[in-house]
Amino acid sequence: VSVQITGAILDGILGGSVYALMAAGLTLIFGVLDIINIAQGILVVLGAYLSYVLSVHLGIDLFAGLAITVPAMFVIGVGIYWLFIKPLRGYERTAMSLLVTYAVAIIIEGILYQAFGVNFVELQAWYVTATVRVGGYYLPVIYLFAFAMAAVVLAALWVMLYRTRFGRSVRATMQNRTAARLVGIDTDRVAAVCFGIGVAVTAFGAMIFGATNSFNANSGYDLISRLLSIVILGGLGSITGALGAAMFMTTVEALVAIWNPNWATLVYYAALVIVLTWRPTGLLGQRAARAQ
Amino acid sequence: MITARSAPPAGLVVLVAAIAVFPLVFTNPSITEFGVLTLIYVGAASAWNVFSGFFGSGAYALGLLAGHWRVSGYPVFALLPLCGLIAGAIAVPFGLIALRVRRHTFVVLTIAVFFIFQLMAFNFSFTGGSSGILAPAITMSPQNYNDPFYYIAFAIAALTVVMSIKVRRSRFGLRLLAIRDDEDRARGLGVPVTRIKLTAFIMSAVPVGMLGALWMFFIGQVLPQYGFDPLFDLAVALMAFLGGFGTVSGPVLGALIVEPVQQWLTLEFTSSASLSLIVEGGLFLLVILVMPRGIIPSAAERLKRS
Repeated sequence: VSVQITGAILDGILGGSVYALMAAGLTLIFGVLDIINIAQGILVVLGAYLSYVLSVHLGIDLFAGLAITVPAMFVIGVGIYWLFIKPLRGYERTAMSLLVTYAVAIIIEGILYQAFGVNFVELQAWYVTATVRVGGYYLPVIYLFAFAMAAVVLAALWVMLYRTRFGRSVRATMQNRTAARLVGIDTDRVAAVCFGIGVAVTAFGAMIFGATNSFNANSGYDLISRLLSIVILGGLGSITGALGAAMFMTTVEALVAIWNPNWATLVYYAALVIVLTWRPTGLLGQRAARAQ
Repeated sequence: MITARSAPPAGLVVLVAAIAVFPLVFTNPSITEFGVLTLIYVGAASAWNVFSGFFGSGAYALGLLAGHWRVSGYPVFALLPLCGLIAGAIAVPFGLIALRVRRHTFVVLTIAVFFIFQLMAFNFSFTGGSSGILAPAITMSPQNYNDPFYYIAFAIAALTVVMSIKVRRSRFGLRLLAIRDDEDRARGLGVPVTRIKLTAFIMSAVPVGMLGALWMFFIGQVLPQYGFDPLFDLAVALMAFLGGFGTVSGPVLGALIVEPVQQWLTLEFTSSASLSLIVEGGLFLLVILVMPRGIIPSAAERLKRS
């Protein structure tokens, strides 16, 4: 049994890194723009389809293809921001952002159905099915790659946020938009770039998601609820929080699944409710409850 | 913004009369079926309840109660208030937890509880698992089958609208508005915030539970993925927003527009569901960007300016 438990914890930590990659962009957008991007789930699916097209039709390796999908997703993100998010001003902005991004999500979903149909697809590569033996456990190679990539990408995001001039203006915008404007920060540009980066980062998680799950245009719905819960549990705008919350989610599910897979997701959501009742701002959330 | 705008009385009379005679004019069952579904949404949107947990709870409550007491036919309608009360009772513990937190966290807690409900419906044996529960039987000619459902949905929706008008004009309603505008200040001024919020939460759960029960009886079955359907939540949110925040007529108008449009799109693009998604999303984006405060407040503003 202890072998099973250690295995489940290993699975949870490795699987959590994939969700962290998918949720990092969402928490960045949340923190800087104070909007809920419901389209994040379908953007993951979109990114996975981009990787799919590159690998199936052009024969480009999944990891090499990221050099194309990440910039492409950045452009898509900035486009969504300029067209649909920026026009929202003042009155009930957060609530309206929910609806706008939902509308964007169903449009993308419709386009993906048109382009790829309803059949489930999966990304293929030698490392998707391969496993390596580490200390008595067989670990899927793709998850080890995912873990390494999550470490690099999240560290890069962290460095960008906390060690660069741009990161300082991002954090200033997060703390107080008006004050940031007053000291000369172009908050619109910061917001647009952050939305772009948030969507671009999603491309990394999207590729791994597509390699470890079969997906179609409808897969965004299950994803968005999980990603939202990770971001809230970790604390809005906290990338390390998102990483911790993602690993918490996958580990709880993996542990409960040993006993009964049917109840795994339910136990996770119940744990989420308990944690949020105890700490309404999430595990690493520093924002006061007053910030309405 | 505390100004309560409701539709002018003349318009209201016309609207009520139009809804009342609708099934007499359009007798085609496939049209009155849309009517029933639209009225269910009118009620749900007016209750301001963006949480299908109560809708599904009401639906399951009806199936279980009718099965347990072996009720069928018209008497089943008498069970609807009880189903509403059950949904209201479920709202108490959920409200006590969810109303402690605000905004984003509240949204996510709602989603989490939503999935807990759906997963429980899938996994417990008394809810019938993934095959759901069958509704009690009712024998009627197919021609008139929709009529009782239509008028009962109408009655529940009308009661919900009347309730929201009454609430707006009461001391309780003013306190709610104060909480919405600034919860901490309201608390500071001595408003019993938790009690008021919880009461409002229960009041909106009861009609939604009744509508869920009616819907289940109408459809003939409840399955976990349709009783607890995230698209229901989003549709209701959309209706409330499009009609306009902080108005009584807004959600009614929103539901009367959105539901027929959705039904029409589904019919129009039967060959291609994906096109209907694109058109629907495009339409919503257009309305949101052109009228960022919803149809009624934006239109009222434009009238005032001209």
